[in-house]
Amino acid sequence: MTATTDLEADFEATVAADKRIEPRDWMPEGYRKTMIRQISQHAHSEIIGMQPEGNWISRAPSLRRKAILLAKVQDEAGHGLYLYSAAETLGVDRADLTMRLITGAQKYSSIFNYPTLTFADVGVIGWLVDGAAICNQVPLCRSSYGPYARAMVRICKEESFHQRQGYELLLTMMRGTAAQREMVQDATNRFWWPSLMMFGPPDTDSPNTAQSMRWRVKRHTNDELRQRFVDMTVPQAEMLGVTLPDPDLRWNAERGAYDFGDVDWAEFKRVVGGDGPCNEQRIANRRRAHERGAWVREAATAHAAKGNSR
Amino acid sequence: MNEDDNAYESLAAAHGGEERWAFGTGFDDPLAGVEQAVPPGVDESVRCLKLGDDALVLSQRLAAWCGNAPELEDEMALANIALDLLGQARLLLTRAVTIEPALRPAAAPPSVPAEDAMAYFRDERCWRNVRLAELDDHLDFAACVARLAVLTIWRLGVLGTATASQDPVLAAIAAKAVIEGTYHREYATGWLIRLGDGTAESHDRMQRALDAAWPYVDELFADGDRKEFDAVLDAVLDAATLHRPGRTARAGVAGATGRDGVHTEAMGYLLAELQSVARAHPDATW
Amino acid sequence: MTVDAGWPLYEVFVRSKRGLNHVHVGSLHAADEQMALLNGRDLYTRRNEGVSIWVVRSDAITASSPDEKDSFFAPSGDKVYRHPTFYTIPDDVPHM
Repeated sequence: MTATTDLEADFEATVAADKRIEPRDWMPEGYRKTMIRQISQHAHSEIIGMQPEGNWISRAPSLRRKAILLAKVQDEAGHGLYLYSAAETLGVDRADLTMRLITGAQKYSSIFNYPTLTFADVGVIGWLVDGAAICNQVPLCRSSYGPYARAMVRICKEESFHQRQGYELLLTMMRGTAAQREMVQDATNRFWWPSLMMFGPPDTDSPNTAQSMRWRVKRHTNDELRQRFVDMTVPQAEMLGVTLPDPDLRWNAERGAYDFGDVDWAEFKRVVGGDGPCNEQRIANRRRAHERGAWVREAATAHAAKGNSR
Repeated sequence: MNEDDNAYESLAAAHGGEERWAFGTGFDDPLAGVEQAVPPGVDESVRCLKLGDDALVLSQRLAAWCGNAPELEDEMALANIALDLLGQARLLLTRAVTIEPALRPAAAPPSVPAEDAMAYFRDERCWRNVRLAELDDHLDFAACVARLAVLTIWRLGVLGTATASQDPVLAAIAAKAVIEGTYHREYATGWLIRLGDGTAESHDRMQRALDAAWPYVDELFADGDRKEFDAVLDAVLDAATLHRPGRTARAGVAGATGRDGVHTEAMGYLLAELQSVARAHPDATW
Repeated sequence: MTVDAGWPLYEVFVRSKRGLNHVHVGSLHAADEQMALLNGRDLYTRRNEGVSIWVVRSDAITASSPDEKDSFFAPSGDKVYRHPTFYTIPDDVPHM
């Protein structure tokens, strides 16, 4: 049909020119679906991510650290809300997206399926997990979909501070007692490889990448981002004085980049598939909070209706 | 290094020179320009201690709602209130120790700042918060709202009075806390009304939660006037279609209550959790 | 588990202290106007003082054309975290 072809041509031209697609523009159904899935899963990740970090608020060992962590977790709730808000411009309802998360129909970043076992984990999550997220997210600020790109700009700004907060905690601990230094090294050992997994499967194993790059939904491949993250993080680890748990990690002068060991993709598949240490607990908590809040949400709706009918 | 390598640089150009700061609600330090010296003959240490402990304990209880709130927007709101109270507690406890150094627990290593000495190394019998602040609401939103509404209505009045303190630091802290407290009260009473006058189920739950919290209300007025509190609360209860519970005050132990350092059994668990990591590493800097 | 209808969607507009007019910053769900306002402050301004917020039910808004661009809100000059804190990160830490 000519009309659709014109609209499609406009869409393609807008995207190719690195311009934005806005909520009321025509877009291919595949693009809409991809954006909904990508934005929702990003939103779910922020919300689920509140749990491993929230785990340490009550026990934070100084009031300043408690305040920083509480503010950080609050930010994550906020990021989730910005992203759900962006997703809703595509014609989905947040309540529906919440259902998809709780029933497992939509996913979240599998890094959050690992437990946080010491206060050092809080610092390492800021350094490595937020660091990896930033690598993923800065390019998304130029995503073709307008509301998503704008939400990402705000999120990236706040997240860059999260990374600094985490790193500063680690610096403080590494300059502290032997027990603190051991805690940091132990946390690093547990989170290094899962952080590399945050960039997704290797390019050879990612069928959606080509289409996503054409739609300017994705701007770099998984392996490109993973390499970038390693190259940025190794010097940071050296400054901290921690050893990254990869005996194959070494500078390759020819490539101008770090060579690193093989990620355990079997573990990645298991955890993404639901068989990680915390998958069930994370979803159960989210489900419980949602169900426990049903009477509250209903009451608020009922109260508002009374106000309207007076 | 291209712009993608440093998210901060690529995004924060407008802020020039603020790379090392975390954002805050304005950078208005409530104590900026305030005379720090303790005026001779003015000892507000106990008042600061009580207000500070109320804030810290309540903040700890509210923070438990992270990841558990009935809607995501409430996650933001409850965390905001918890952060405000935490900020107040830090300033108040620091001031208490400045005025009266003997308040600082001997168990705290010298390198630990005053606010942390008070939070992490003080034993339960030295905490002077009211018992209503320490109760565990067991993640029941009605219990959360009942306690929060009562405390925020009350606290706003108490802080208002404190803005007239002869101690300039306490007065300054109180002035900022009044602004924050106005929002806290609005949030809590808004929910009290919605739940009281919502569904039959929410009305029921809200009345029962209010009944459960009521025995701890008299204790709030041991050294204060309750006329304003009662006026505000009655107006809110009326809008919420709830009735004022007729229950008597919860006994203390030979009359001693939270203000005297005699708490409920919930307090021990609260402190055990709060203090556990700091006490496990007493020589650490965090 | 029942799927409740959820609270209605509100669009949020903010005029920052130095701004000349309200700009659209996003949306949120709330049961009523008072809640939308409070939540809007928490989510989009972190209760920065001197900021003005409007909230409007999304279904009350009529948009004119598909080319309508949503305004971009950059928190320039606004501070969005809770308490100011110094982070002493050495100058020579790369990429941070």
